[in-house]
Amino acid sequence: MTLSGASVLRLGRGMRLREDKARGQWVVLGPERMFVPDEIALEVLRLVDGARPVDAMVDDLATRFAAPREEILGDVLAMLEDLAAKGVVTA
Amino acid sequence: MTVPAAPPAAPLAAPPAAPLAAPPAAPLALLAELTHRCPLRCPYCSNPTALARPGEELDTATWARVFQEAAALGCLQVHLSGGEPTARRDIVALVRAASEAGLYTNLITSGVLTGEAKLQALAEAGLDHVQLSVQDAEPVSADRIGGYRGGHAKKLDFARLVHASGLPLTLNAVVHRQNLDRLPQLIELALDLGAGRLEVAHVQYYGWALANRDALLPTRAQLEAATATVEAARRALKGRLVIDYVVPDYYAKRPKSCMGGWGRQFLAVSPAGRVLPCHAAESLPGFDFPNVRQVSLQWAWEDSEAFNRFRGTGWMPLPCRGCERAELDWGGCRCQAFALTGDAASTDPACALSPHHGVLSLAVDAAIEAGTAFTYREPQKIPG
Ligand code: SF4
Ligand code: SF4
Repeated sequence: MTLSGASVLRLGRGMRLREDKARGQWVVLGPERMFVPDEIALEVLRLVDGARPVDAMVDDLATRFAAPREEILGDVLAMLEDLAAKGVVTA
Repeated sequence: MTVPAAPPAAPLAAPPAAPLAAPPAAPLALLAELTHRCPLRCPYCSNPTALARPGEELDTATWARVFQEAAALGCLQVHLSGGEPTARRDIVALVRAASEAGLYTNLITSGVLTGEAKLQALAEAGLDHVQLSVQDAEPVSADRIGGYRGGHAKKLDFARLVHASGLPLTLNAVVHRQNLDRLPQLIELALDLGAGRLEVAHVQYYGWALANRDALLPTRAQLEAATATVEAARRALKGRLVIDYVVPDYYAKRPKSCMGGWGRQFLAVSPAGRVLPCHAAESLPGFDFPNVRQVSLQWAWEDSEAFNRFRGTGWMPLPCRGCERAELDWGGCRCQAFALTGDAASTDPACALSPHHGVLSLAVDAAIEAGTAFTYREPQKIPG
């Protein structure tokens, strides 16, 4: 899937983002699958809500992490494309 | 038959320099076998041959407590299974309880008892995923294997309801000599029904399936064709259908890591409340499995002798002891070791390094000569 700043994403069918208190982490649970997102992926996944376009997610991250917007956009798109290939998010 | 010896009891007071034993890592998933009742009679059913009676089943409140305890212990998922879990009249309440406990809730079902209204209620109660079993792609054969006339058609109706509801669907096909040739049609069926995943599971031979082994074991030619079919389909259907497929033990050189290791990731609770390291373990002799009516899930997991007996690598005999794969496959399946060697504490004969490995090829040879008649799963029948 090729994504752009205008893409709107939601979690894939049957995917749930949830805190795993016993192991001190967050996990994405799916049918017979489990992903442990790293810190950055978790920040991104928390903004995936089926309404907000990628551009708005990037604005939010750029403000909070005081990083150049263009750089973040590239990283976030690459990450979301990877997550989409795994079925964790979908357009 | 050899009853495996219990490991030496831990000393009451640890020697001064020894650190306290850390509790075992938390389990990831709970298999809740809500009932052994089922309208189908599959000859490979993984339920024990001594089926629990309906009167022994845990009630709604006890299951709700079990779900809370499982989540507190670290479980992330619950598989609601059976028997047929929807044979429980309180299935909607049970799904709600599991979901409220924060567990990812998967219903493992034959689909023949659930219509639109019940499915809707289950979805509203927080069900996350449905796993539907099919016995074959061809209706007459499917109904014969499941021992339930009209079952296949009901399953297709159910699958369409699931798809329409928006719930994710996995199709589970248990494969063996009498349906493996139709694997391409099973893949087609999964696509037609809108399943996101297809699980192609070879029969595991203990319990009912062991009694039916001669009628079920596939031939090597069938197996090779099936493996090629899966590989081609995976390539062609990338992004559309995930296919899970594992080569069966009877043709393998090394065993599978059964349950990810005894007492490492997984626990099961039987309809009558016994806490088990695997759903088949109840038929192992010489065990006193703890019961949720008497103990907490945490105690069962961390402290019971049953969970500690085969945990880790300390119990292992040769050739597992010191083997470089000991922490990869954990010596294979204890139930298969018991079924084929009479000793649950021996190396799984699926391993070519096991002195018993030869019994697998003998079984394969015997099955090729055998017929196709089944001993169906039935409460009163004990296969011999
Ligand atoms: S394997 Fe068949 S008989 Fe056993 S619980 Fe499943 S559907 Fe019922
Ligand atoms: S010897 Fe034991 S640990 Fe080694 S591969 Fe065989 S079953 Fe696994």
